[in-house]
Amino acid sequence: MGLSINVALIGNPNTGKTSVFNLLTGLKQKVGNYPGITVEKKEGDFRLDRTTKAHIIDLPGTYSLNASSMDESVVIELLLNKNDRDYPDVAVVVTDIENLKRNLLLFTQIKDLEIPSILVINMSDQMQRKGIQLDTAALEEALGTKVVLMSCRENKGVEELKKALINYRKLSTKPILDVASIDPAYFESLKTTFPNQSLFKLWLVITQDVNFANLDRQRVADTSNFRTQSNTNLKRLQQTETIKRYQIINDILKKTYTIDRTRGTDLRAKLDRVLIHKVWGYVVFFLVLLTIFQVIYDWSSVPMDFIDESFARLSEFVKSNLLPGMFTKLIAEGVIPGLGGILIFIPQIAFLFLFISILEETGYMSRVVFLMDRSLRRYGLSGKSVIPLISGTACAIPAVMATRNIENWKERLITILVTPFITCSARLPVYLILISLVIPNARIFGMNYQGLTLMGLYLLGVVMALISAMILKRFIKSNYKSYFVVEMPNYKWPLLKNVTLTVFEKTKSFVIEAGKIIFAISILLWVMASFGPGENFDQAETIVAQQYIDKQIAAEDLQYEIDAFRLENSYIGILGKVIEPAIAPLGYDWKIGIALIASFAAREVFVGTLATIYSVGSTEEETIKSRMASEQWADGRKVFNFASGISLMLFYAFAMQCMSTLAIVRKETNSWRWPLIQLFGMTGIAYISSLIAFQLLQ
Amino acid sequence: MQNLDELEPGITAVIKAFDIENMPLKLIEMGCLPGNQIMLIQKAPFSDPLYIKLDQSHLAISREIAKHIIVEPA
Repeated sequence: MGLSINVALIGNPNTGKTSVFNLLTGLKQKVGNYPGITVEKKEGDFRLDRTTKAHIIDLPGTYSLNASSMDESVVIELLLNKNDRDYPDVAVVVTDIENLKRNLLLFTQIKDLEIPSILVINMSDQMQRKGIQLDTAALEEALGTKVVLMSCRENKGVEELKKALINYRKLSTKPILDVASIDPAYFESLKTTFPNQSLFKLWLVITQDVNFANLDRQRVADTSNFRTQSNTNLKRLQQTETIKRYQIINDILKKTYTIDRTRGTDLRAKLDRVLIHKVWGYVVFFLVLLTIFQVIYDWSSVPMDFIDESFARLSEFVKSNLLPGMFTKLIAEGVIPGLGGILIFIPQIAFLFLFISILEETGYMSRVVFLMDRSLRRYGLSGKSVIPLISGTACAIPAVMATRNIENWKERLITILVTPFITCSARLPVYLILISLVIPNARIFGMNYQGLTLMGLYLLGVVMALISAMILKRFIKSNYKSYFVVEMPNYKWPLLKNVTLTVFEKTKSFVIEAGKIIFAISILLWVMASFGPGENFDQAETIVAQQYIDKQIAAEDLQYEIDAFRLENSYIGILGKVIEPAIAPLGYDWKIGIALIASFAAREVFVGTLATIYSVGSTEEETIKSRMASEQWADGRKVFNFASGISLMLFYAFAMQCMSTLAIVRKETNSWRWPLIQLFGMTGIAYISSLIAFQLLQ
Repeated sequence: MQNLDELEPGITAVIKAFDIENMPLKLIEMGCLPGNQIMLIQKAPFSDPLYIKLDQSHLAISREIAKHIIVEPA
């Protein structure tokens, strides 16, 4: 028992703020969203001493209190709202020893909010190597704060920081900049109107276009008069503020900080010479992508097959060891495969985030942005969109999660929306069987038609993703103007703790957040396939047995016929028949309709569902293929011909028919709006293009 | 005097002025102020974005903004 204090961790990006957070909280952290928006909220708890606990929030990285993105607005909204549950008792401003000047700009603003503030100077292990000398005592004196030197790499400074936190009440809250000096006349009139308010807070309320719903309405309404200062004029005053702050900081650093400029920039220069070279840069990036691709495609298959088999065996075990009945069926055919369907994604997600966090931690990701930005910007994407788009070829789920690293919300959203167009590995079995059915196995100019078709389908996915990105760019509005200004951080060895925590956190949030939606829908699909209304479904065995009473049929084959009959008369089968009029113009019968609906669980289910409905017992591809080839409409036309095959491939290429992707998009965008837009938009595109293709080709 | 995007890579220059009324505040916060040192390190393919060293920060900025920064080689 005892006291608990609120701590806010604030700092520029790339200062190692998150390393400090990880060092303090370890596994006692949780990641969620700020209510109503998609900004990630990281918080955690730790002990300061026997009687005091601390609740810490890792606020999004920002260069100043002038918000230029949704992430940055979060910082200001919290710091201006004393009624917020998370309003800090003390702020810890994390800075990087090498960029101290720029980092102090934010510190002076935080201090001027009259929040007790501690200055953490991180990466102090670099001081000697970079020839930096710092007079800590003089710096503390000049800034009126407590300075803590830390090195997350060497685990130094944690105890000192905790001690400073315990004594936070002794910190001075005296402002650094006399705000009125920015424009004496203007601030004088502000002061007369609001004699009891802090001028700097008023100034932020006036200049920042953030959501002040939680603040006193009266006050916000009143300051709106002061906004009538022309916008240009306010911008000019903000510039003056920045210049004045830099003057103060320069004066202070002149007396307290020296750096030997001749030392220690050669690593950056050497690596940059290769990594962003106009030829080698792309070669290296290509190799990096190739490695990531290989690992999530290839290595992941080992643990994935293992998960798959284990759950299949568990299912069998339950079936043979529990009393037969509905409950056992639910467990063996609904619950266990449903859970397996969630856990199967873990290897890919973990591997992908292992790579992404290493790329981020080392500073390489910024170089990727530098290389790719121009090519992708015209599509409304970011340089960082490359990683999600490429990982989309394995699976859209980890790919959508990977968009978290894109800072600009609009670019992040567009990337999320178009990634599912990229051909994922679950489409491959569907493509393969359809291609071998309807595309001739012949050559043109030494190229196999079937191979060309498969390549065409992959290209089609990429082209469609880029075209839709370009369209979305016009329609999605953003409140923040995006200037392309990206920091190119120093190269660093990744910290193992940060990497493992990222991998753990991403995997956990997928299993819990998206998992529950995936689980619910897979149970629903199972119920729809395992139950049906009326006599036909209940009496399937008797009815089918009656039909075959005079014929010679093996017991096994009879069972296949029963299964097929049952599926036909289940809810999902009935739904397939209901939608037949809608899909007949695309060249599909109700059996394909069932497979389309079942594909919602996972696209590759298409083949297996057709196998059941055609009562082919074997899952051998050749058997299913020959059965598909002989399938006919009532008038004797073949169901799978060139036209319907192409139509089906286009449908699988474009339609949003993956519930797991919808679930993860729901989680990442924090709303049902975007997954629904994907569901109807993509499926609409699929329907229309399949319709056109079939009608032209048949 | 020349615009930043025309500066020879590897040469240190001093920021003289901006030829737009409102330089993005973000750049000013990064130290893009008249009197500060600036260096064009490298241009990305198609000359956009530009990799610069501004004061003590290493940044990539779009050519669109760089055009408006007037510099003089030191």
